[in-house]
Amino acid sequence: MEHGVCICVCISTSCHTCKSYKSARTQKQMRKSSSIRPLQTRPVSLTLKIVPFRLAHGTTTLGFIFQGGVIAAADTRASAGGLVACPAVHKITPIHSHLVVTSSGSGADCMLWERILIREIRLYQLRHGHRLSIRATAKLLSSMLHPFKGTEMCVALTLCGWDNGPKLIYVCSDGARLQGDVFSVGSGSPYAYGVLDRELRWSLSKGEAISLAREAVFRATHRDAYSGNNVDLFHITAQGWSQRKREDLKEEYYRDKEKKGKKKNDKLK
Amino acid sequence: MEYLIGIQGPDFVLVAADNVAASSIIQMKHDYDKMFKLSEKILLLCVGEAGDTVQFAEYIQKNVQLYKMRNGYELSPAAAANFTRKNLADYLRSRTPYHVNLLLAGYDDTDGPGLYYMDYLSSLAKAPFAAHGYGLNKRFILNLPSFTVRLIDKEGIHDLEKLTLGTK
Repeated sequence: MEHGVCICVCISTSCHTCKSYKSARTQKQMRKSSSIRPLQTRPVSLTLKIVPFRLAHGTTTLGFIFQGGVIAAADTRASAGGLVACPAVHKITPIHSHLVVTSSGSGADCMLWERILIREIRLYQLRHGHRLSIRATAKLLSSMLHPFKGTEMCVALTLCGWDNGPKLIYVCSDGARLQGDVFSVGSGSPYAYGVLDRELRWSLSKGEAISLAREAVFRATHRDAYSGNNVDLFHITAQGWSQRKREDLKEEYYRDKEKKGKKKNDKLK
Repeated sequence: MEYLIGIQGPDFVLVAADNVAASSIIQMKHDYDKMFKLSEKILLLCVGEAGDTVQFAEYIQKNVQLYKMRNGYELSPAAAANFTRKNLADYLRSRTPYHVNLLLAGYDDTDGPGLYYMDYLSSLAKAPFAAHGYGLNKRFILNLPSFTVRLIDKEGIHDLEKLTLGTK
């Protein structure tokens, strides 16, 4: 039996999916036939040796709920160690009309699990005649991920959706399943939390919420090396999801710099 | 860094757990409830590895409820504690051990209040008071912001006021 090779664009710095994926059975068979050598790449992330804690997934994604629905935002950089493997990745995927999922961790694993989730939700809808609630979707996903706990699979998804009210649930391949009002996942999340925790209120207007999300992602990408390029923004309401045009953060950076320069000049005057 | 504490009184058991759900160094939730209601007078407090806590606690919870449905009466706290310990022990030397630390608190109508301490190596001890973790305030490097407190007595489980110590 051939071993499967996972050539993936890894949006994580700490997972090892750049190594080949082997099941326990094929591992035994491979030891027997020494002619087949697994495709080994060097372990990703040199920074793991410097920081004392596990660096979580090279990305910045966030989601929060407010009076006008749910906002989901993410950067678009896929990094493989120090290389920007792709500057224009879609980290937010719609599952159905009222649910989007933001992904972080290993790119290949996330793409696979998003497809599986879309399939399972659609099958449930066809079989039972109604759509699964967001909480049930999260529980289903969590149970599907459970057999892979302890393996090198690395997925951290935030389900952002609407069913009888805005819902935001974080599901991770470690087994965590948390419902909350605001979540940010990835290596840029501390910076995003810093911006979000200061300004976030239930009573934000739609425009304020969108600009808050943009600002949080922008500040995170500014400081985090593994996040950057563009920002994707989705807004989910009772009517469904709507996507904002992808924005290049390079322009935002120059606008911000100009603003700061003007402020400085005003002060000097 | 999670914290559980239980104190057994003459006719009640008082339990408290912190409210933080963390992922490495980030607090993802400040209002997470770590207590699972097994029956009208039994609470299971569960901390440990991320997915294991909820999986294991819900498994025990559903099995205790199933016992009641099958047999018409509820498991006593002592029986529930021993059932939990047996499950932990069975999984301990398997490929998927559950890394969870537990406190089981309950009120038995015949035996009175009981507090059981269990840890991830499936040890079980009935104790008058027990705790998991570091609950120090001011001396510990981390300060846990708030705690859920509940009381179990012959009337059932009562929610007490949430404790908020230190700065949020």
